[in-house]
Amino acid sequence: MYGNDFGVPARDGRDTPGPTGGTGTTPAPPDEPPGFQELIDTDARIEPRDAMPEAYRNTLVRQIAQHAHSEIIGMQPEGNWISRAPSLRRKAILMAKVQDEAGHGLYLYAAAETLGVDRADLLDALHAGRQKYSSIFNYPTLTWADVGAIGWLVDGAAIANQVPLCRCSYGPYARAMIRVCKEESFHQRQGFEALHTLSHGTEAQKAMAQDAVNRWWWPSLMMFGPSDADSTHSEQSMRWGIKRFSNDELRQRFVDMTVPQADALGLTLPDPDLCWNDERGHYDFGEIDFAELFEVIRGNGPCNKQRLDHRVRAHEEGAWVREAAVAYARKKQERAGSTTGAVA
Amino acid sequence: MSGVSTGSTGGGGSTGGRRDWPLWEVFVRSRRGLSHVHVGSLHAPDAEMALRNGRDLYTRRQEGVSLWVVPASAITASSPDEKDSFFDPAADKIYRHPTFYEVPEGVEHL
Repeated sequence: MYGNDFGVPARDGRDTPGPTGGTGTTPAPPDEPPGFQELIDTDARIEPRDAMPEAYRNTLVRQIAQHAHSEIIGMQPEGNWISRAPSLRRKAILMAKVQDEAGHGLYLYAAAETLGVDRADLLDALHAGRQKYSSIFNYPTLTWADVGAIGWLVDGAAIANQVPLCRCSYGPYARAMIRVCKEESFHQRQGFEALHTLSHGTEAQKAMAQDAVNRWWWPSLMMFGPSDADSTHSEQSMRWGIKRFSNDELRQRFVDMTVPQADALGLTLPDPDLCWNDERGHYDFGEIDFAELFEVIRGNGPCNKQRLDHRVRAHEEGAWVREAAVAYARKKQERAGSTTGAVA
Repeated sequence: MSGVSTGSTGGGGSTGGRRDWPLWEVFVRSRRGLSHVHVGSLHAPDAEMALRNGRDLYTRRQEGVSLWVVPASAITASSPDEKDSFFDPAADKIYRHPTFYEVPEGVEHL
């Protein structure tokens, strides 16, 4: 799944960057260590214990944390359908996918922790609403076809965004993203396959698939963030090699890849302005309603409260398990005198 | 931020005053004949759970045949600040490489 690094344009108090603060949009901050930009410009990687500008560190913490939060919140809309998957095969696939999302969250929290923050603090920030997750997960999964549409469109958009992050200048983030991207391609294919089955089934099944695509298409395009002209963090992130392509470039790439796939599905993308532009060599598409995106980011999407409440409840209700594991580990340690990791 | 090769700041091995489980670094041998390679880190209450979590997190697609977990706090790392001076002694000893030596024309298997 996926998290993007953008907030609402007008600061509303809930778009605070993260536990360590800072947004870093000024070029060449005064605390930039000598040789830092040269490393990035030669496509070398910055590693955890290297000196780095605070703004670089804070930008990464904010982006990786938001990305991690998106992965674990993203388990909810699909988890909603595990018990009602139409066959054992689909159920096994969906469980494996949701488990992958948990894993992606853990890779990313681990990457964020190399920057000197604690996972527990990041979770607090998520639960308190100080850090965000991708707004796409605030939409409901109303039918089984939504699981297919999420895999095809949402994971498709995520892949378009994440592949460039495999070359991010910060080593641990780039390495986590390589792992994520490898696993993500099965996610998109299983969604496409589920939709293909529906769209080649009965009239009712095809209508269900079309309805899901109608609802997920525009939110998927919004996942790439505001258009370049309004993007808040882009310029500095580009210079630092955190971001490689602009929001609009990635969105265009996604549209160009997806339109022929929709044809193969026999489904229509809900945009009357969508057409091939021979001159540009790209598909033109209609105006995106960014007012809707910002409303959802502000907390006014269909499921914002439900998603966060569920997350907090799961965390609190699991507290006794975490405490019991610590107590058991302590007891074993006391009895054994010492414990060391096994070496194979 | 010292003593950990991956730069992780967590104090692995003991829970201390931390609210999260200690941090472990995970190493995977992807197949026989290869050495264990660092793949990332995770939190776990003890070594046994770290191994189990490591299996679930890093080998869901048969990526490994053997796992090591090491408390992050047990790793001592060289400092990036001393990178140049620390590794400097190796820089001017080019005679340690075979390409330093001239071999007469026609001599083979050398």
